[in-house]
Amino acid sequence: MSHSSAVPAAPDHFDFLVRDEHHVANGTLLGFWLYLMSDCLIFAALFATYSVLSQSYAGGPTGAELFDLPLVALNTSFLLFSSITYGFAMLQMQQGKLKGTMIWLATTGVFGAAFLGLELFEFYHLIHEGATPQRSAYWSAFFTLVGTHGLHVTFGIIWLITLLLQLRKHGLTVPNRRRLFCLSMFWHFLDVVWIGVFTIVYLIGSMS
Amino acid sequence: MSEHNQHSLDHHDEEGPHSTFSGYMIGFIASVILTAIPFWLVMADVLSSRNATVVVILGFALVQILVHMIYFLHMNFHSEGGWNMLSLIFTIVLLFITLAGSLWVMYHMNANMMPGMMGST
Repeated sequence: MSHSSAVPAAPDHFDFLVRDEHHVANGTLLGFWLYLMSDCLIFAALFATYSVLSQSYAGGPTGAELFDLPLVALNTSFLLFSSITYGFAMLQMQQGKLKGTMIWLATTGVFGAAFLGLELFEFYHLIHEGATPQRSAYWSAFFTLVGTHGLHVTFGIIWLITLLLQLRKHGLTVPNRRRLFCLSMFWHFLDVVWIGVFTIVYLIGSMS
Repeated sequence: MSEHNQHSLDHHDEEGPHSTFSGYMIGFIASVILTAIPFWLVMADVLSSRNATVVVILGFALVQILVHMIYFLHMNFHSEGGWNMLSLIFTIVLLFITLAGSLWVMYHMNANMMPGMMGST
C-alpha cells in the first residue's frame, strides 16, 4: 500500500479523441465511394483500350457506318431521366415518405430497364450487320467497354429491385437509408461513365 | 432487429449528404443542355473542322461530368472529412496517366513498327 501515494491524481476526464475533428460515423459511404473509384480505374483501362484501337477495323465495318445517333440520344435521355428520378426518390426519403421513395425508385428502375433494352436492341442490330466482337479489334474494344457499362446497369437494376423489396418489408430504417445512399452513388456514377461513352465512343466514333 | 434499433438510437442526424429539389433540377437542366449541344454539333455537322468538334464536345463532356459530380453526387471538399475528394483526385491522376500514357505510347509504337500503314517514308 506504500506505493499508492505515487499514483497521480486522476483528472476529471480523459480525452482520447481529438474532439474538434469530425469523426466519420459510418465508414460504409466512404468505403463505397472508394469502390466506385476503383471501378473508375476499370473504365479508364477500357477507355484507353478503346481509344488505342479506335481505327483498327481490320477492313470491317466502322462505327461511323453503323452508329444510329438518334437512338443513342434517346438512350442518353433515358439514363439522364433515371438520374433525376433517383434524385426525387432521395428527396422523398429525406422527408420520410416510404411510398414516394418506392414510386420514384421504381420509376428509376423502369428508365434503367428501358436503357438496357435499347442497348441490347442496338447490340443485336450491330451483330446482325456483321459487327460482332470477333470481327475486328475495334468491335472487341467497343463491346467490352459498352458491355461493361451495360453490365453495371444490369446489376444496378437487380440491386434496385432488392432494395424495393427491403423497403416494402422493413420501411425506411437506418440500414435501408444507407443502402439507398450507396445505390444513389452507384447510379449517378454510371451516368457519369455514360457521358464518357456517348462522347468518346458514339459522337467521336461517328465522325471518323 | 435489436441491433437495428440500437443503431437508429445512436444516430439522430441523417447520414450522408442532404439534397435539395433545386439542386437536382439545376443539375438536370444543365445536363440536358450539355448533352443536347454536342449531339447537335455532330448530327448537324455544324463545325467544318473535325478536330475542333472533337475538342469542343470533349469540353462539354468534362463540364457535364463536373455538373453531375456537384449536383448529383454532392461532391465537396468536406464530406467524409475530405477523404472523398482526396480519393477522387488520386483516381483522376491515375486516370490521366492511364489514358494519356496508353495513347502516347501506342501511337509511337504504331508509328515506329508499322511504317507502311502510317504512310511515313
